[in-house]
Amino acid sequence: MRDATYDVVTIGGGPAGMAAALAARQAGADRVLIIERDRELGGILQQCIHNGFGLRKFKEELTGPGYADRYIEMVGAAGIDVWLDSTVLAAEAGGRITCVGPTTGLATVEAKAVVHSMGCRERTRGAIRIPGSRPAGVFTAGAAQRMVNMEGYLPGRDVVIIGSGDIGLIMARRMTLEGARVRAVFEIMPYSNGLTRNIVQCLEDFGIPLYLSHCVVAVHGHDRVTGVTVAEVDADLHVKPGTEFDLPCDCVLLSVGLIPENELGRAIGVSTDRITSGAVVDQFRQTSKPGFFAAGNVLHVHDLVDLVSNEAEIAGRSAALFAKGVFGEATHERAVIAGEGLRQVVPQRLSTLEKGKNAIRFFFRSKAPMGPSIIALKTEDGIVWDRKLRVVKPSEMIVADIPVNRFAKASHIEFVLTLDEHPEPLEGAVEEEDA
Amino acid sequence: MTSRVQPIQCIGCPVGCGGEVVLDGDRVVEMRGFTCEKGEAYAAEEVVAPKRMVTTTVRVHGGALHFLPVVSDGPVPKEAIFDCVRLLRGIEVTAPIETGRVIVADALGLGVDFKAARAIAVASDGLRPA
Amino acid sequence: MGEMRGLEPISSKADVVVIGGGVVGCAIARELSRYRLDVVLLEQAPDVATGTSKANSGILHAGFDCEPGTWKARLNVRGAALYAEIAEGLGIPRREIGSLVVAHSDADLATCESLLARGRENGVAGLEIWGADRLRAHEPSISADVAGALWAPTAAVVCPFLATVGFGENAIRNGAKIHTECGVTGLVTAGGRIVAVETTRGRIEARFVVNAAGVHAADVARLAGDDSFTIHPRRGEYILFDRSTGALARSVLFPTPSKVSKGILVSPTVHGNIFIGPNAADVDELDDVETTAPGLDEIISGARKIVPDLPLQNAITEFAGLRAAAGKDFIIGESPIVKGLVHAAGIQSPGLTSAPAIGEAIAEILADLGLKLTPDPTFVPVNPHRPKFTEQTPVEQMARIAADPLAGRVICRCETITEAEIVAAIRAPCGARTIDGVKRRVRAGAGRCQGGFCGPRVTAILARELGIPVTAVRKETLESWLFYARAGLEIREDIDA
Repeated sequence: MRDATYDVVTIGGGPAGMAAALAARQAGADRVLIIERDRELGGILQQCIHNGFGLRKFKEELTGPGYADRYIEMVGAAGIDVWLDSTVLAAEAGGRITCVGPTTGLATVEAKAVVHSMGCRERTRGAIRIPGSRPAGVFTAGAAQRMVNMEGYLPGRDVVIIGSGDIGLIMARRMTLEGARVRAVFEIMPYSNGLTRNIVQCLEDFGIPLYLSHCVVAVHGHDRVTGVTVAEVDADLHVKPGTEFDLPCDCVLLSVGLIPENELGRAIGVSTDRITSGAVVDQFRQTSKPGFFAAGNVLHVHDLVDLVSNEAEIAGRSAALFAKGVFGEATHERAVIAGEGLRQVVPQRLSTLEKGKNAIRFFFRSKAPMGPSIIALKTEDGIVWDRKLRVVKPSEMIVADIPVNRFAKASHIEFVLTLDEHPEPLEGAVEEEDA
Repeated sequence: MTSRVQPIQCIGCPVGCGGEVVLDGDRVVEMRGFTCEKGEAYAAEEVVAPKRMVTTTVRVHGGALHFLPVVSDGPVPKEAIFDCVRLLRGIEVTAPIETGRVIVADALGLGVDFKAARAIAVASDGLRPA
Repeated sequence: MGEMRGLEPISSKADVVVIGGGVVGCAIARELSRYRLDVVLLEQAPDVATGTSKANSGILHAGFDCEPGTWKARLNVRGAALYAEIAEGLGIPRREIGSLVVAHSDADLATCESLLARGRENGVAGLEIWGADRLRAHEPSISADVAGALWAPTAAVVCPFLATVGFGENAIRNGAKIHTECGVTGLVTAGGRIVAVETTRGRIEARFVVNAAGVHAADVARLAGDDSFTIHPRRGEYILFDRSTGALARSVLFPTPSKVSKGILVSPTVHGNIFIGPNAADVDELDDVETTAPGLDEIISGARKIVPDLPLQNAITEFAGLRAAAGKDFIIGESPIVKGLVHAAGIQSPGLTSAPAIGEAIAEILADLGLKLTPDPTFVPVNPHRPKFTEQTPVEQMARIAADPLAGRVICRCETITEAEIVAAIRAPCGARTIDGVKRRVRAGAGRCQGGFCGPRVTAILARELGIPVTAVRKETLESWLFYARAGLEIREDIDA
């Protein structure tokens, strides 16, 4: 059996794992290892051949493989060990990792600090209980994307897409360019879950209709899919009787949400956020198990890979400091509460604030779409920070860098999102705060 | 010539202004509903000469992967998207490929190159994917 | 696409042709393979276990609810005992977890008492009536309003696919032939006696034909002019939950039964998942396995009467199966109309449990009808042990990877299934030919992501191992191809870009 000792090990070599490993090296970790189950680094980026990645990180628009390529080069230059084609079987709380691969065989690694960067998986048909038969031709959008873009096969020629998540929208365009007919996208919510840009460039450009407040109530077909039955839903998401209609198709793609692939975290007993399905972390991205950090989509599902990289840098740097023994014990812990109007916040707790740190970045998602709004930080002293937002969508993360001096001494930390009664007159594009 | 009104959904920022452009032929006479200059500039181009980046894949021989993602090095007129994809469908390359290699230069005379979006090494080990 | 590839030529004659590659047909073929006989099993689908055997509760019933004196009562108890003996050797996962008939009222408890009495008459061991406290101690998630339960310690859960495959593989190892993608189109009689079977792949001369065609059994009988029974397909829907919910139930939890059905239950699977279901709906079509929104709601509300707090967010799949209902009892015996045609029909619950005992019963019947059963001294009653990678010790795992590097490549991350295990499942006798066939044998794709990650890889492995293009890989049924070729597709011209 191969045995090795590392300062920092990242489990997963996608954007989060690579950025965390690089940050760990830069923060002084000597021995850093990335364990990746695929045969190359990059994770899901490698199948996202469309562009739009990297505007924040590299100040230019890259494709997914292009974004991955930049990081793969940096990882190669940084003296980071990479085990490809290796799957982690167990990651024990003490930092002992068992993994297996055809060339590595069975190996154990002793890690002083571990970064969980396993990414996420797609919600399936079963999870949302779409009735009907179970023929060939029903795929999650991401699985279809891999088949089309990396293997060169098409999952169908006459396509219906369920859910308006970004992967589904991207696949609507991709399938159209590959010669398939995309009949429609059906979204059960009264608003889209994708970026406006994708609605315009992936659907409207090709005349593909988006039906809001509609769901698929049955899949038909014995061998291959032959069609679906669609219906309109009311405000409680219940089917409106009499609104059902049939649509022929030979393929159904599902883009109905992503779920952190956090099984390794659960296995060692890290506290999990019921809403994000990822770990509960502090501002250093440390989980409830000392020495275990998490970043990227395994922690909470992000919209932009650039933000994944930024978050992973925090986790990687923290892991390096932990490995060096200078991280210090997490004390003065306080919960961060996602209050009124907010579905989730990351980090979910704060621990001892780092000296010299001026601001801490928080990620939020709203419960519902809202017009002009105010996001505010409430402590026992009342509202200590707020910011106006011109528009809020659950599909677009709210990112805020909040000055530490506003809440350094507070024990109650709660964010709220409320309607802005006095919106400023509209002018200028919204610039999200950058790193 | 009579003027016409074309609705344009701005994609510049999360606000997503839904505005209108009033046109007289190809000439923009009026903008309504946009709230910033960036949005108006986008709408003006979108309504007269919309352009898009184009990405697709080309077949690779002898590589660790069978397909290479390629991307246009600038936006392509919207009406030429399908022609570009059709052109690239016929292209085959051989590994190794380095990132940024020009796969098709001046595609269809549009003044746009298609470049390799990533590197692809030569297939090596005996444990090739199935 | 579409042509059959890699199918072996079919036999031209046999002593016994078994029609139907479900658990019953495969168990019969396996039982007959003990003897010096030419046994041929015909299955119209690309794989065994694609009908009723793929979508059922996977329970080995203790046998307390069958009416004494029926085939069901006799074969259930015998079948359950046979599984206890042979399951491990055949590679059939089985866990003896016991079952509970949960009573909510005094009337329910009275029913439990009568089931207990009936069970003792049927020869079921260990039955007890439990009070509410004991029930709650055993099943912490159970509803607060329970009154007690009937405890049957011999009830077990089993993997119904691997039961079918285990019987099928063992039959092949002992000389039987299984022809898949071989539909029966005619039964040839001469002088009132069966003489041959016409199939989509040719004609087979046969001395005896065993009809184990599940929901199609009446149609098969009619091919020989036997219209002595009809099959009423009755659909049951299920919801399967992720293994993380496995603590929800320790034993099989039945409601107190009604006259027509064992009711909607909550049960562990042999693999540690939880399922709820089935409901019961008579359907017209023999292939109507659609789930329905009202049906799923029905099983959710039914299951909540037993376990109120269902983890619906952890559902991983829903499916439906058909029970091949005929009458009150199984139809087992020679056709009243055609000599040499023996029915194993109307096999609804407890059919899975009874299957190996049905095999014995059919062998006895064939012997009575004049088939000479000479034991074959080379009969091997077990299949080679194929351990799961995750259940091996590190030393064993290392040795396995050293011998075959593919044993070190995890393909299915949710269930930790290696490429070597998938390859073995394809290459084995009665091996997998489809994506679902791989899933049912080794569980690649049976986990929480439902093949989202491993589907493309399993497709590529199947194509490589079967020597077929990716476009010829199927999900389950004859024409369930998954992918189209990219090249050759014309770009649509009618889109106004």
